[in-house]
Amino acid sequence: MAKPKVGFYWCASCGGCEEAIVDLHEDLLVVAEKIDIVFWPCAMDFKYQDVRDMSENEIDITFINGAIRTEEQEEMANLLREKSKILISFGACSQIGGIPGLANFHDRDSIFQSSYGSTCPSVDNPDFIVPQTKTDVPEGELTLPAFHNTVKSTDQVVEVDYYLPGCSPAPYLTLNAINTLLAGKRPEKGTVLAPVKALCDTCDRKDSKPDKIMLKDIKRVSEVELDPEECLLAQGIICMGPITRSGCTQGGEGRCIKANMPCRGCYGPIPEVQDVGASMISAIASIIGIEGEENMSDEHVEKIMDTVVDPAGTFYRFSLATSYLRRKLNDYAKDNN
Amino acid sequence: MEKFEPKILCLLCKWCTYSGADLAGTSRMKYPPNGIVVKTLCSSRVDAQHVMEAFQQGIDGVFIGGCHPGDCHYQTGNYKTRRRVILLKKTMEQMGINPERLTLEWISASEGKRFARKIKEFTSKIKDLGPLPEYDFTESTENK
Ligand code: SF4
Ligand code: SF4
Ligand code: FES
Repeated sequence: MAKPKVGFYWCASCGGCEEAIVDLHEDLLVVAEKIDIVFWPCAMDFKYQDVRDMSENEIDITFINGAIRTEEQEEMANLLREKSKILISFGACSQIGGIPGLANFHDRDSIFQSSYGSTCPSVDNPDFIVPQTKTDVPEGELTLPAFHNTVKSTDQVVEVDYYLPGCSPAPYLTLNAINTLLAGKRPEKGTVLAPVKALCDTCDRKDSKPDKIMLKDIKRVSEVELDPEECLLAQGIICMGPITRSGCTQGGEGRCIKANMPCRGCYGPIPEVQDVGASMISAIASIIGIEGEENMSDEHVEKIMDTVVDPAGTFYRFSLATSYLRRKLNDYAKDNN
Repeated sequence: MEKFEPKILCLLCKWCTYSGADLAGTSRMKYPPNGIVVKTLCSSRVDAQHVMEAFQQGIDGVFIGGCHPGDCHYQTGNYKTRRRVILLKKTMEQMGINPERLTLEWISASEGKRFARKIKEFTSKIKDLGPLPEYDFTESTENK
């Protein structure tokens, strides 16, 4: 019997997800025995034309990591969708927009300004030359993919069959997923191939997590020496554990918590949550009370809540592109008209 | 240009503001009819997700009504709401939405008049702000 054909592709990503495949270590060799890798531009020599030449659904499983930021990435996502029976959205950027999605606080203009314009002090570009999609040179026409205004998750562009969450997905989850699919099992379409419990439910520190915490202010990790055992929320540090999916370590402890750092939410939301940032706002405001707030004025409470620096960037750190609003709007722009 | 009639979502606690709105109605007080009213068990039942979803759905302003400090039927629900609204407003600002599009008011069951006044004020503020702009997600095939 012919081996199943598997492809890997990267879009707007850091390369960590490719690394996460290599992190399968010896298991990768076992997996590689059972499959036929037909496309993996990061690791092996393949051309886009190889994929274009394939027939519809020729690839059995394709893993796409990274968000969709350019025309080229959108085109490749569409092409790979057409050529693949199963498409897996791999990693936080692909699933929920990830760190590249934070660029949705800006748009192409403001990004070009800061990369090629005077906003960036080290750039010497008085004519403000920016990348063009078409440039004529004596040898012919050179082209570049267009740069989009808004970063998208993979499923905002094409249909996705399964998701492997995380920045980056834990190798054991990737291995489980590959083995499940190779065994011919097909979970329901749209399944996130990771545990459904929230990180708090599996965290080693959960016993010290109070239902309600009375604080004077919210702290940042750089401001305090953290106790290595107590729940981070109880220490006044924002931890995304209450609404983030567990599974980043096989034991469920939380990869960052083990390193005494708060969870930033890379595994994406638990199934009940639609908008990660807003849900976290609700959770934080429920858990964290302020000592004596019954007798405080609105202004006083506001001052204390101001110790949450950059709430949008913190609560939407990995998920801005897949929040309800998806990006920064321009409510103020019309004032200039 | 046609006159702008804002869409306003009113999320009102059933123990206080909702009854206050009822009183305003039965007392035949006049106030603008732009609000779509949803009765909630407590102001703290309003999840920040509801507010963000409302803006996504084209609501121009969200009005949350709860019991006065100290009067929440569940003791401290309204303090939760207050903290939530503060964080939400900061987040809205960063998301390019004028935070004035969200308001939290304490209105008791006997304050029909106050309800009518607060709704009037809020509606006129949202009228001044104009519609919440929709973002056009179409991408250009050129870098302009
Ligand atoms: S808030 Fe963070 S540290 Fe506390 S139990 Fe949840 S995941 Fe663990
Ligand atoms: S603890 Fe949170 S941020 Fe860290 S790896 Fe796990 S899910 Fe991601
Ligand atoms: S019951 Fe009215 S605000 Fe809680």
